[in-house]
Amino acid sequence: MAITTRKFDAVVVGAGGSGLRAALQLAEANLRVAVLSKVFPTRSHTVAAQGGVSASLGNEEPDNWHWHMYDTVKGSDYLGDQDAIEFMCRKANEAVIELEHYGMPFDRLDNGKIYQRPFGGHTSNYGERAVKRACAAADRTGHAMLHTLYQRNVRAHTQFFVEWMALDLIRNQAGDVLGVVAMEMETGEVMVLHSKATLLATGGAGRIYAASTNAFINTGDGLGMAARAGIPLEDMEFWQFHPTGVAGAGVLITEGVRGEGGFLLNKNGERFMERYAPTVKDLASRDVVSRAMATEIKEGRGAGKDADHILLKLDHLGADVIDKRLPGIREIAIKFANVDPAKDPIPVVPTCHYMMGGIPTNMNGQVLAGSNGGAIVKGLYAAGECACVSVHGANRLGTNSLLDLLVFGKASGEQVVMDLAADVLSHQDLPKDAADRPLSRLARMDSAKSGEDVFEVGAEMRRTMQLHCGVFRFPDSLAEGVRKMNEVSKRAGQLFFKDKSKVFNTARVEALELENLVEVAMSTMVSAHARQESRGAHDRSDFPNRDDAQWMKHTFWYKDNNRLEYRPVQLKPLSVESFEPKARVY
Amino acid sequence: MRLSIYRYNPDVDEQPYMQDYDIALEPTDRMLLDALIRLKSTDDTFSFRRSCREGVCGSDAMNINGKNGLACITKVADLKQPVVIRPLPGLPVIRDLIVDMSQFFKQYHSVTPYVVNDTPRPESERLQSPEDREELNGLYECILCACCSTSCPSFWWNPDKFVGPAGLLQAYRFIADTRDQATNERLDNLEDPYRLFRCHSIMNCVDVCPKGLNPTRAIGKIKDLLVKRTV
Repeated sequence: MAITTRKFDAVVVGAGGSGLRAALQLAEANLRVAVLSKVFPTRSHTVAAQGGVSASLGNEEPDNWHWHMYDTVKGSDYLGDQDAIEFMCRKANEAVIELEHYGMPFDRLDNGKIYQRPFGGHTSNYGERAVKRACAAADRTGHAMLHTLYQRNVRAHTQFFVEWMALDLIRNQAGDVLGVVAMEMETGEVMVLHSKATLLATGGAGRIYAASTNAFINTGDGLGMAARAGIPLEDMEFWQFHPTGVAGAGVLITEGVRGEGGFLLNKNGERFMERYAPTVKDLASRDVVSRAMATEIKEGRGAGKDADHILLKLDHLGADVIDKRLPGIREIAIKFANVDPAKDPIPVVPTCHYMMGGIPTNMNGQVLAGSNGGAIVKGLYAAGECACVSVHGANRLGTNSLLDLLVFGKASGEQVVMDLAADVLSHQDLPKDAADRPLSRLARMDSAKSGEDVFEVGAEMRRTMQLHCGVFRFPDSLAEGVRKMNEVSKRAGQLFFKDKSKVFNTARVEALELENLVEVAMSTMVSAHARQESRGAHDRSDFPNRDDAQWMKHTFWYKDNNRLEYRPVQLKPLSVESFEPKARVY
Repeated sequence: MRLSIYRYNPDVDEQPYMQDYDIALEPTDRMLLDALIRLKSTDDTFSFRRSCREGVCGSDAMNINGKNGLACITKVADLKQPVVIRPLPGLPVIRDLIVDMSQFFKQYHSVTPYVVNDTPRPESERLQSPEDREELNGLYECILCACCSTSCPSFWWNPDKFVGPAGLLQAYRFIADTRDQATNERLDNLEDPYRLFRCHSIMNCVDVCPKGLNPTRAIGKIKDLLVKRTV
């Protein structure tokens, strides 16, 4: 079948924070770049980030990258690679200052410098007390950042393909990636984008869970594409449950609320975090706080008539501080929880928020071919939430996600520029079957006269993940979860929808997205079932402790037969001494 | 819940029509977007944009009972039924509630929507006082949903010539930024009978903005600056 082919130096898939930051690097190097996005760039989910971006600027009190690095390693429960963590924390100040120069409307201190607030797990002097490290634009930091990065790309004349969905990677016999096959949503037209470099920046996939802070578009498209192309997914058992999603609605309430002085209460009005984290209390890292909340609820101390949520109190901050520093939160609470937080506490529950795992990369965004050594997939790069460098390990610290996408968005962009300049990459001949896989997926869907309902299969996947792979995990339940996911996966191969139109067929888009989500959910369940320890966000009832002797290693999941491999954690930083694993107390 | 929804698929329909639905909601379906998704689970041909479902991405702007708004932050309980839903007015319809927003974004792009500052970059941040930063409040929060511009008659008549409230709000966002050095060029760019002066301050934009922003005030400030510049 004849299919239009267009050639580019580089294709970036995704136009959220990391995609836009990478694209900027490429556009400013005057390369022929296509940036694909399912939505207009400023609608990407980075827009919903609230509390801040971390950098040890020390604008109000002493801080430095060593402390930031320590906090990140400890936050990761020692699963993060210490070379990558050092790299990120050392680059943080430069990344944030650069963004300010691009026009980011950060809040300001009286001396004109960037405003910083405390955040969970960020401390001074290696855990002594909370430190102001989160650089914020009110509680709309992600919105301000995404718009600023888009604006800078307008200035750089970046070429966007808006409302295009990438379907599959093109890989040749040697395993090199030669571009993507993509679909224009408005027309249904499928095209081959033949590129020397392909950079995945497709963000998260939190929509595998029933209760999620994530946008509908967060469907792990890059991960699905990678999995189908035989590329492993790393550490997929580690999902962050954010302590404060609005009960019932799932909408995020920033940790910045606690950074500004808010705290959590159980039904007795007890500030229970004092028992779980005596030093930093409500500003312990997210896995710790979420587990404490789930424990309170499980033991009958939840609030409300069903004792099923926790209360987030902030009225004592006063309406002035709330309107100045947390205006978006007030808006959200009034709309989604029917409470004005200047008067009453917000009902919250731990809610799926962030994927620590992803497509394995090195510090330069180059995708790793497997668990062994540093071999890379030539022509393929990944950055942001879809990638696993790994800087977040088993638990990400708040504000490190925005830092991650700035630092590794830029680093991966720079690497592509370097590889193109060094002629490492070229337009290799496309294999004859380059577009076969996505075209046959589409053909099956178009010709199907019956099959599995997209809405139903999606709901079953989300229920399964929520029930069998949540904050607390149990061996029998995980085994049952794997069985159920196998069932879901089979059904997802037979999706059916009535809409056969070519024009903006959102039913088709949702079916294609569900296929990607199912790869993500499957990798999560299988990886979680296999990891026999409790570390960071992964909590096993049958293995309640961290097991550094056996499990100080990254999981690599392959779609092919759900095969698992492991790769040791990189404990050696770039220039400083290792932080040796120790008990994690906040 | 009763809905009356604008339907049009150029693949099969000769012209648009209104389709009536009566759907059963679940207790968790509190916002209009929840209801539309519920509807889509029974009729997958119904097409609309949505993403964040919390009023910050700007995808699901539509005309709801005659007024532009975001489906995700519009409570079902507050709506008179049947709820009449149409695409944003004045833009070409691609399909159902999905409109072609090219003209809207073209106008946004036309205001040089980025900070211009050609002085050498300092090592640390460019300083800005909290008071100067406060000038950006009510401007930078725009989510580009187009509720305002597509409720503006001046934009309906001259979408190619009048920047529209959303674009002008952003034009002023950069004028108001103390770090920006291109105020004169920005004013030159807008000093035109159409680009700026088609605004007749009827304030439809203020009435519909889901973020509570006030483009009319920003437009007034640009006009003031132009007057000041000539005297």
